[in-house]
Amino acid sequence: MLTVRQTRLAWLLVLPTLLVVAFVAGYPLAQVFYYSFHRADISFVEPTEFVGFKNYLFLLQDPDFRGALWNTLRFTFVSVFLETVLGLAIALVIHSNFKGRGIVRAAILIPWAIPTVVSAKMWQWMLNDIYGVINVILVNTGLVANKIAFLANPNTVLWAMVAVDVWKTTPFMALLLLAGLQLIPSDIYEAADIDGASKWQQFWTLTLPLLTPALVVALIFRTLDALRVFDVIFVMVGVNTATRSLAIYNRQTLIDFQDLGYGSTVSVAILVIIFIFVFLYMRVAGRGVRGED
Amino acid sequence: MRTKGLGYYAGRVLFYALVVFIVIYSVFPFYWAVISSFKTSDALFSSNPSFLPIPFTLTHYQNVFSGAAFGRNLLNSLIVAGGATLICLVLGVMAAYALGRLRFPPKNAVLYIVLAMTMFPQVSVLSGMFVLLRETGLFNTHAGLILSYLLFTLPFTVWVLTGYFRGLPRELEEAAYVDGATPIQTLLQVMLPLTGPGLVTTGLLAFIAAWNEYLFALTFTIGNNVRTVPVAIASFGGATPFEIPWGSIMAASVVVTVPLVILVLVFQQRIVAGLTAGAVKG
Repeated sequence: MLTVRQTRLAWLLVLPTLLVVAFVAGYPLAQVFYYSFHRADISFVEPTEFVGFKNYLFLLQDPDFRGALWNTLRFTFVSVFLETVLGLAIALVIHSNFKGRGIVRAAILIPWAIPTVVSAKMWQWMLNDIYGVINVILVNTGLVANKIAFLANPNTVLWAMVAVDVWKTTPFMALLLLAGLQLIPSDIYEAADIDGASKWQQFWTLTLPLLTPALVVALIFRTLDALRVFDVIFVMVGVNTATRSLAIYNRQTLIDFQDLGYGSTVSVAILVIIFIFVFLYMRVAGRGVRGED
Repeated sequence: MRTKGLGYYAGRVLFYALVVFIVIYSVFPFYWAVISSFKTSDALFSSNPSFLPIPFTLTHYQNVFSGAAFGRNLLNSLIVAGGATLICLVLGVMAAYALGRLRFPPKNAVLYIVLAMTMFPQVSVLSGMFVLLRETGLFNTHAGLILSYLLFTLPFTVWVLTGYFRGLPRELEEAAYVDGATPIQTLLQVMLPLTGPGLVTTGLLAFIAAWNEYLFALTFTIGNNVRTVPVAIASFGGATPFEIPWGSIMAASVVVTVPLVILVLVFQQRIVAGLTAGAVKG
């Protein structure tokens, strides 16, 4: 009796959330798929017309899409790699017992708390080619002879974006890895000490393998986030072929070119790319867990 | 007992050097923004900038607030982020209680839908959301922006709160049932007060996510009536493209960031717990 009533109540409680999900995710997603097979402009001046796979065929040979994909992949791989290395170093530092670890933990939360748009503006100012503090430091310490226009030079601008993203998101990585480190029981290190293993050996043979589950979760979160990068690049350099990411190209087709049909096709492509990454990570994670059994 | 060798002290020095590096690396950009916001224009555009705001000025803050727009942008951000947080907490508590404590057969299916949504790139529904807001007449309204923000705040809230409800001891609930309480009474009078800390954490995280959002705010608003602070800061311009008002931009940045930094430092422990709960349980 109670269980039937409970189930009915549960449905009632979940229903509003399910309705909202259907409304803000289900419906827009259905629209995206619908328009990806149509020719349509976003202000609906021209009549919408079914064109089959025409948009998708165009996508396959669109050099701008390919350029955006290449930028996004380079940005994602390099920034996630740097964030992982740096985040792991920070997590290990905070995890070890020392005076002032509270200060370090508070300090690394600051980049995380700062809105991406604000961090983009702060770094844009620091990287300014004439008055930027980074150029001043580089010149005064003699590291470079002339000031560098980081954001105007197509060879440096993407890496400047990576630097800003790494600064902003490493804390999240560090916190996830720290949580993983705290789950590792400390007595196994005592046993390793007795066996005479060095700290370095302990890191490679104990810490890293035991940290793998946390590492995989952190990598999934950060990779998916980096693949949809928009704010930092759009605010710092706008639309520019040297840095245009998939998300920026997507918004450009949709809003600047008013192309609802092809813009939707680009959206579907981004979704597919993200799912490929999720699938690959799940495979790797699954194998890692089985390998340990 | 062996005395500690030179190697030990060298190691400690290196370790503390690393600690100092991490702290400076994390804090310096924000520090630089704060002091830049208090510098006079001459000091800002000097070839050898000072690391302290001398001479000190409040001009940039006066400039930021002298127009009506920035105050309006702040209010918009408060309305939108506050509205989205409130709605997703109410809906999230209801759903999470059902998913975490009640007998509900399609529990896993619902949780998978919610999890899939948290992974989903915002930009890939940009066109669909645009169409939705146009069709419902919610384009360029606070309600429309709040609705679109539920896309990323609600799944996260449901996910984390479900974890909190699951963690509560079963005895409390059973005692309430024995006393003749209905499940709704149990939720409101017994369980909800216990999830207080969880509500604060998830509410804060949802608020921060909505407060910082840029892509939807940029695309679904026109003009300053609904425009939020991130969009305003990103589009701050001078009289000509060559006169970027860096002092004012930094002042505006400090205004929107300081409340967040204070909140985050005050609720440090809880935020860290909430962030990792959101991720690790996946």
